[in-house]
Amino acid sequence: MLDLRGHRAYADRAFRWTAAGAAAMVLLILGLIAATITHRSVPVFRQMGSGFFTTTRWSPADALFGALPFIWGTAFTAVIALALAVPISLGMALFMTQVAPPWVRKPMVYLMDLLAGVPSVVFGLWGVLVLSEHFGLGRSFLTAGIILAIMIIPIITSLSREVIETTPPGDKEGALALGATRWEMIGAAVIPHSAGGLVGAVMLGLGRAMGETIAAALVIGSALGQITLHPFAAGNSMPAVIANEWGEADDLHKSALIALAVTLFVITILVNLAATGIVQRSMKRGQGS
Amino acid sequence: MSKHSLVACAVAGLVVGSSHVAFGAPVTLNGSGSTLSKAYQETAIEQFKKTTKDLKINYGGGGSGKGRQDLADMVVDFAGSDSPYKDADMAKIKGGEVLYFPILLAPITVSYNLPGVDKVQLSAETVAKIFQRDIKKWNDKEIAAENAGAKLPDLDIVVAHRADGSGTTQNFTEFLNSAAKTVWKLKSGSTVEWPSDTQAGQGNGGVAQIVKSTKGAIGYVDLSDAKASGLKYAAVKNAAGKFVEPTTAAASAAGDGIDVKPNLLFSALNAKGDKSYPITCQTWVIVYAKQADHAKGSALKGYLKFLIKDGQKMLSEIDYAALPASLQEKALKQLEQVKVP
Repeated sequence: MLDLRGHRAYADRAFRWTAAGAAAMVLLILGLIAATITHRSVPVFRQMGSGFFTTTRWSPADALFGALPFIWGTAFTAVIALALAVPISLGMALFMTQVAPPWVRKPMVYLMDLLAGVPSVVFGLWGVLVLSEHFGLGRSFLTAGIILAIMIIPIITSLSREVIETTPPGDKEGALALGATRWEMIGAAVIPHSAGGLVGAVMLGLGRAMGETIAAALVIGSALGQITLHPFAAGNSMPAVIANEWGEADDLHKSALIALAVTLFVITILVNLAATGIVQRSMKRGQGS
Repeated sequence: MSKHSLVACAVAGLVVGSSHVAFGAPVTLNGSGSTLSKAYQETAIEQFKKTTKDLKINYGGGGSGKGRQDLADMVVDFAGSDSPYKDADMAKIKGGEVLYFPILLAPITVSYNLPGVDKVQLSAETVAKIFQRDIKKWNDKEIAAENAGAKLPDLDIVVAHRADGSGTTQNFTEFLNSAAKTVWKLKSGSTVEWPSDTQAGQGNGGVAQIVKSTKGAIGYVDLSDAKASGLKYAAVKNAAGKFVEPTTAAASAAGDGIDVKPNLLFSALNAKGDKSYPITCQTWVIVYAKQADHAKGSALKGYLKFLIKDGQKMLSEIDYAALPASLQEKALKQLEQVKVP
């Protein structure tokens, strides 16, 4: 035979370089996005300085752009969404993995995947027509939070389900053998084992909730300058403002919208870094026990 | 779909695609911009296609600002826009001199939802006070003073406006800025700083939807969307001091009472004349004076002529106002300035 080892080494090297190239591409794209949007946001920072983050007014006619109400709106709706979605998602994931018989589990998984595949504009329109008008919730932080919750439930549920399924059967059976009820077994074996992964799942949901654009734009109410804890007040979030105002914006206004994108970008990266940190720490703790 | 049928589709697509080339050169014109005039563009394209072979026209909408940007970047052949290029943007236009062709006038209604009240008259000052939340009740004495005899209910006013940046907002606020100068505080623009106790909807349809579903609501909506949603709308006091209802005839009348610059730029807002509806806006089609391609340039000229001339009689059916004869004549004359190689 021919020199198979040499041949294989060549293929190996080619594979390594292709894979490394693909990996580098991710970094390159991320870097280019960061560079472009940062560059294009310069005019508004020149105009507003750090006041961009602290001003509560947004008035294109006065060349006055303050992002604080939109940062608040993004955070507030994301918190509402998580408060609603996390208990439901974890409950569903536990039900699917620990309680439900296979003939219930399979269609549930299927339905979850289906829900995850629904385009966000459909959720937005449903929110406008059903939540805002039929149920009289209006266009508000709460309406947006509910819609976002529905949108992130499939992600958190399916990731949590996969994490929970990795619990070693030995741990679960051990707990049951010691006389634990199913509830106690979940508390003693399943949750400690999968805590890190669950936090990761929730953080990914958070990332999606903060970045969601069209659904939020449709139901949040697009009120300017709203910093309030009142859930029924109309407000605005960073991605919603960008989507709404981009089309007709002139130069400085566009730059301000791009600066919002930069802000969102940075916040998302911080959330993801925090998520990774938490996941790694809890994994270490899990191994120690 | 199986893999085989997918491949078959792809191949069929290729064959159809290439067969176009085989039948001589079909021309495609692309336009984008004003959503206000989108219905007219679509109707006109439909009709114009019947008279012309091998021509495809796409009008993408997207808003006036997007249309101007797309034309400046030369990604479209024509732009629909409710306002002209700003001076600061002129330097960014890549294809040289542009020409403005007015194609229609459109009344912006002040639509309301008041059960039991079918006629409301408002002056610019009152409209301004309502939209900046100085007046919060329908039975406010300033509204009552302009509507003698009307039974105005003790109902909270809900103000509805656009959530998205919009040429309609631009025109509506420009009207208030000029006609209610001493009262209006929110300035003018595609996005203005509305008070936070107001409601926002996406597009004219979104605002119409809020007005339709909320008792006591008032909002600015273009006539065709207001009619499509079955809304009631106010008569607004014009520059001559008369209360005029938004109709296509009143908008055309506004087009007669305006000063038109030699480059066909004008504003139909707050026009002179007893019969003029004061909140009337306009759409131009913007094209490059120097066309680069013979086939495209000729087709574009033909389409423009159709929009300005033969298409005009379809306008009233879709609730827009036709250009007054004087303006139409000027636009047709300007068509000669479009140079085709």
